[in-house]
Amino acid sequence: MGEACAVIGVGQTHYRSRRNDVSIAGLVREAALRALEDAGLTFKDIDAVVVGKAPDLFEGVMMPEAYLADALGARGKPMMRVHTAGSVGGSTALVAAGLVQGGVHDRVLVVAWEKQSESNATWALSTHPPLTPSLVVGAGGYFAPHIRAYMRRTGCPDHIGTLVAVKDRQNALKNPYAHLRIEGISREMVEATPMLWEPIRYLETCPSSDGAAAMVLASESAARQAPNPPAWVHGAAMRSEPIFFAGRDTVNPQAGKDCAADVYSQAGITDPRRDLDCAEVYVPFSWYEPMWLENLGFCGDGEGWKLTESGATALDGDIPWNASGGVLSSNPIGASGLIRFAEAAQQVRGLAGDHQVDGARRALGHAYGGGAQFYAMWVVGSARP
Amino acid sequence: MPRSNSLTADHSLAFPGGYTRSVGPVIGRFLTELRDGRLVGVRTAAGGVLFPPVEYDADGEPVTEEFVEVGPDCTVGTYAWVPRPRPDHPLDRPFAWALITPDGADTAMLHVLDLGVFDLGAKPPKTLRAGLRVRPKWRAERTGTIGDIECFRPGVTAINAPVRADYRLSAGQALSRFLGGIAEGRILGHRCGVCGKVYVPMKGMCPVDGVPTTEEVEVPGTGTVTTFAVNNIPDPRAPEVPFVSAYVLLDGADIAMVALVAGIPAGEVRMGMRVRAVWRPREEWGQTMANIRWFEPVDEPDVPFDEIKDYL
Ligand SMILES: [Zn+2]
Repeated sequence: MGEACAVIGVGQTHYRSRRNDVSIAGLVREAALRALEDAGLTFKDIDAVVVGKAPDLFEGVMMPEAYLADALGARGKPMMRVHTAGSVGGSTALVAAGLVQGGVHDRVLVVAWEKQSESNATWALSTHPPLTPSLVVGAGGYFAPHIRAYMRRTGCPDHIGTLVAVKDRQNALKNPYAHLRIEGISREMVEATPMLWEPIRYLETCPSSDGAAAMVLASESAARQAPNPPAWVHGAAMRSEPIFFAGRDTVNPQAGKDCAADVYSQAGITDPRRDLDCAEVYVPFSWYEPMWLENLGFCGDGEGWKLTESGATALDGDIPWNASGGVLSSNPIGASGLIRFAEAAQQVRGLAGDHQVDGARRALGHAYGGGAQFYAMWVVGSARP
Repeated sequence: MPRSNSLTADHSLAFPGGYTRSVGPVIGRFLTELRDGRLVGVRTAAGGVLFPPVEYDADGEPVTEEFVEVGPDCTVGTYAWVPRPRPDHPLDRPFAWALITPDGADTAMLHVLDLGVFDLGAKPPKTLRAGLRVRPKWRAERTGTIGDIECFRPGVTAINAPVRADYRLSAGQALSRFLGGIAEGRILGHRCGVCGKVYVPMKGMCPVDGVPTTEEVEVPGTGTVTTFAVNNIPDPRAPEVPFVSAYVLLDGADIAMVALVAGIPAGEVRMGMRVRAVWRPREEWGQTMANIRWFEPVDEPDVPFDEIKDYL
């Protein structure tokens, strides 16, 4: 794993349907300045900038890293852009962490964003080129059959997705940055919403958000000078796999299992439900909570929905998942993975505010993307590993 | 209205050429500045700024000789939306009358607020609200009248950015061969020489073994639905909703392909359901998957879940 690496600053914008008041540059700068303030630093103190966002087609800005160099104080410094579809926020954090763990830099600014209001992600994800026509419309159209397969394979009852949809929105009410803040959110409210891509209901999907998130990652010597508590990186891993191949387990992809095994092994975790205090996991459709509970080894195969149903993943459960409200409550796609990583860090720093998990000392940050092909995970802790 | 049997006659009263009106030094300065493209207010003895300037303030005191440039940024106070303008209104499409206060002024002026193009009778747009920030739109030719300002309009908050890239896509050998087969009513695939799996359509390579594939296999147009979505969101590029996008595992293939399932109500599609390809009339065929209209159920028992569970 190389040199020690810690999160010493976290900054988020408020997530909204539309941030018409700012340009993309203004949006990313807002998050970056908050992260720098948390770290007690200015742009001058930063050695390198790593940015991430989802496909360029989302806003139609090609090579946004070139356009944003000024806004992120990158003049005269290394700057690079990462892209791994929906998992990009997580991958971006890991690329930045690698620069610190490799001993290359002491302080790296990492920023991810999306301004979904500038176009339409469903359009951008479904370009339908000729010669290879596709029936798939948007992410929901892709994931719905795999959710159905999960339900059939495990005998998961119909209401499990509703429970997650309610739980994450209840958590969002405690997070001032969350986009969806639905007072009185209830099962009845979720069940009253239409099936968009059966078996996925409207309120079982993530919103479409504008927003940015940023972190400052630091070497041990830099972390020792930070004004606020650091979150130490205990493990970091990425995996990928092709979207189509014979024998692929699309419900419980091997790349996700391998990525989890790697990150747990680095962090010395043998039983994630016991050894971790909370997790921020990329759940854009509520059914992915039970699916990822199994993929990430928090329970045995076929047991994920039972864990959800038991309340174990609620804020007052034994292993809270998405105390921040998760992707189901805020989804600036390119930033969504970074927000998971940043929220995991805030938990172990004790800075998560009203959605703080009491005494959290180790947390998982997770992101996935593409057709459940790309995985990025880290385990962060309050103690130096 | 006069009664229909009354005698009526039209009459216009207009002083030939219009009146010649002296405006005095205060209004005159205001109009001169308007002609030259500036907004000015006048300072009162009490220290406020009246806009538009008048010669005597509300207390009856003469204003000072100090003119203050105000605006061009202004704030909308109250307003009235005009969904159907009258013939002598300044615009022939919906607009608002608004009380507009320039930055630096203490009083407002009634003027025209143009929020863009709307159909006659349109409801007021959401952008119309107190506090909206606007600027004057000046006429190119100005003469020193209040009409030198054509209207007020909001600032630029967004641009339209058309982005377009034109491609010429080449199908490549494998897809060309596959679509060539489809043009003849045949469904072709490749068997991997290493793992033995049959890919339909073939890619010319095996994504697991990373080797080229060449052994051609023809499979029938019958298969099994492994899983599916019922799509209820209308999209111009997709079939009419609700439509079923299904993973169909063709008999003899080792990987399912996504296809439209029709000929059955969406709510009756099942995992394990047996289906067959429905081809368009032969005279409509080309080198395109559109030759297969969709898959429809066949009268066979469903395949048990155990037999499809490894294809999910
Ligand atoms: Zn093979």
